[in-house]
Amino acid sequence: MRYLVLLILLLAPFGILAREWEDLQVFGSSDRPPLRILSSTDTSFFAPIIEDFIAMSPNTSVEYFVTGTVELDQMFRAAPDQFDIVISSAMDLQLKLANDGFSSTVMNVDHPDWAQWHNSLFAFTSEPAAIVINRKAFDGLNIPGRRQDLIQLMRDHPDRFQGRVGTYDVRQSGLGYLFATQDARATETYWRLTEVMGRVGAKLYCCSGQMIDDLRSGDLIMAYNVLGSYAQAQAAISDDLMVILPSEFPTTMMRTILASAAAPDPQRADRFVRHLLKLQSVGDPAIFPLPPLAVSEDFQTQRTINLDPALMTYLDQMKREAFIREWEDAIVQVD
Amino acid sequence: MTANVIVSGSLRNRLAIILTGGAALLALVLYLVVRALAAQVAQQGQDNILSASMSSVLDTAVIRDGRVMLDFPYSSFSMLNTQADDRVFYAIYEGETLLSGYDWLVVPDDLAPENTLFETTTINGDHLRVATGSRVLIGSDGPRNVSVSIAQTQDALSNTLNGISRNVAFLGLGFFLMSSALAIWAASTTSGQMRRLTTSVTRRGPQDLSPVTKAVPSEMAPLVGSLNTFMSRLDHTLTQSEDFIAEAAHRIRTPLATVRSHAEATLQRVDREDNRKSLQAMVRAIDESSRTAGQLLDHAMVTFRAENLEMSQVDLVELLQELVLGMTPVAEMKDITITMKVEGPATLLGDAILLQNALRNLIDNALKYAPAETRLLVEVSRSPTLSVSVYDEGQGFAPDEIETLSGRFVRGKNMGNKVGSGLGLTIAQEVAVAHGGKLILSNRPEGGACVTLFF
Repeated sequence: MRYLVLLILLLAPFGILAREWEDLQVFGSSDRPPLRILSSTDTSFFAPIIEDFIAMSPNTSVEYFVTGTVELDQMFRAAPDQFDIVISSAMDLQLKLANDGFSSTVMNVDHPDWAQWHNSLFAFTSEPAAIVINRKAFDGLNIPGRRQDLIQLMRDHPDRFQGRVGTYDVRQSGLGYLFATQDARATETYWRLTEVMGRVGAKLYCCSGQMIDDLRSGDLIMAYNVLGSYAQAQAAISDDLMVILPSEFPTTMMRTILASAAAPDPQRADRFVRHLLKLQSVGDPAIFPLPPLAVSEDFQTQRTINLDPALMTYLDQMKREAFIREWEDAIVQVD
Repeated sequence: MTANVIVSGSLRNRLAIILTGGAALLALVLYLVVRALAAQVAQQGQDNILSASMSSVLDTAVIRDGRVMLDFPYSSFSMLNTQADDRVFYAIYEGETLLSGYDWLVVPDDLAPENTLFETTTINGDHLRVATGSRVLIGSDGPRNVSVSIAQTQDALSNTLNGISRNVAFLGLGFFLMSSALAIWAASTTSGQMRRLTTSVTRRGPQDLSPVTKAVPSEMAPLVGSLNTFMSRLDHTLTQSEDFIAEAAHRIRTPLATVRSHAEATLQRVDREDNRKSLQAMVRAIDESSRTAGQLLDHAMVTFRAENLEMSQVDLVELLQELVLGMTPVAEMKDITITMKVEGPATLLGDAILLQNALRNLIDNALKYAPAETRLLVEVSRSPTLSVSVYDEGQGFAPDEIETLSGRFVRGKNMGNKVGSGLGLTIAQEVAVAHGGKLILSNRPEGGACVTLFF
């Protein structure tokens, strides 16, 4: 590894940086201020991309901050001048940032029109929400193909699923909220599924990573709406994990990037966005380990969430309150 | 001709400028009007969508558990998606209290219920179009007023407008170019009429004072009418003065003849030498005067007949022979021999009387100015064109006068004390011109003058 790994402790005195991060890494060394990336994506997926960027532009260092999507949104809104780049899987929050003028435009990028918004928000991955099961624990049960199959399974075998089903806590996770609202918008099955999951005492998670960990350990036998890209990466290592894309429609999210309008060095931020989008279009898995954008034929069948202002609908205060109330009513069982 | 005319501008240019200027103005008006209309239509389109979005949000307002709730559909905002990814803002108020949305988006005060209000504002440098509507919900504790504002940036709108503006600009430019071409064509056609009239007047011979008979556009009729009237007046005046001269010459000739016969009769009877000399001088003066009067008459006749030639086949040789025969006595008085040199038969379609007059004046002139005891040669040549030349052995013309000598009443310097009217060559020239020919004066290399009539 050529990059220099530093610990959070070293940066503790620096105001905004003095909080707790899920991860913080510094790449490269430079006498100039570092390019600060605020991201919800695990560092392992971004390390090769950042290294490639540093190789192309010498005397550049990059600070990569990882945190949850909701926190990320709040932090960036509070201090947009502290960060150059924002990367998040919560498309709705990202679109609202762009809509509210927090992003700067990156003009004349060769990028599909449906994967960008207002020349300032760019999607660079296609990642479906998946059902992930622990093959061992699932022994003897039919492998579910659709959401309806899941409901049936849990209804038929409540004892086997009791306390061993996981899904996002939509109150904590921006991505979980996005998946839930898009599911609810698309099918009534979502509410029945949520209710059934609530009945078997579903565990609620902030992040896909933890759900996958619990699946591997066998604490969970099934998790719903896990980020497919993370699960695939783990399934490649562990034989126990099986990733199922719901056959009726996999809700597909696109990870998005924006350059801060208040970035300390706007040209460098602009360059990073272009560099990332170029790597995406080349799609070399060694440098770009994330799933690239789906080609347009897959677009409809995958039911990719559109980048348009309607994403702001469920961010509405009243809508959010109503949705969460309904979700809590369904999943949190009052014994 | 135009050198001494005061010129102020050009009708063609003025017409072209007015027409192209008008076309430019019209093109500009076209551009502005179409652009304004397009802006109105495009704005109407955006307003309709904003209004639909706003209503779809407002329609979901209900009172639940004593609270105003709006559970608006996904489509409320997705319908606002535009090609230019316009940004969207909204605010939902109950009375003065913000329920959700952007707090800087303020509901206007003058909003009537069940009415949609549109306004354009600028916030942070963005032009926003805002649609606002309100509804009154009746709750258990009385009416509650809910208002919704939906705002959208105008990028797509201005893109559309720019596209339309570009097309309309091309249209306007095309219109202007076509109109200009038309204007220039119209201007040159109009001035072409004038130019044709000018040409037909300019091409006329100096004697032609007949009215313009060509058809002219009605706008030019007064001018041409005045011109015709003016020319006929001029013609009339000219004719009158010619008539006057002819009349005067005629009236003078008869008394002169009487005086001459008296003078000659008296000369027979007078013996005193000095008295005889005086009388002889008198007779000579009378002769000159009557010759001049004759020439004046000839000239008037030539001027008159030149306009109405009586054409017939004229045998030039025969005509010349008669003339030479008639002039021989005068020639013999000065011991001048007249020789004729003829290449062959020479006939010409022309006015016999005029031709005779012209040739007589030529020979008469030559006899008059040739010194005594010299020879005079009259030559009829047929190549390159039919011509009659008269050669003498006098001192010839002064070289600097050759061009001007054929003018009226112009007399040469080399004529010594000879009396003359200066009309002889003029008459010959006018006859030549009337027959489509010309008169050329030259000096012979071996000495003497040469006058040639070309037909």
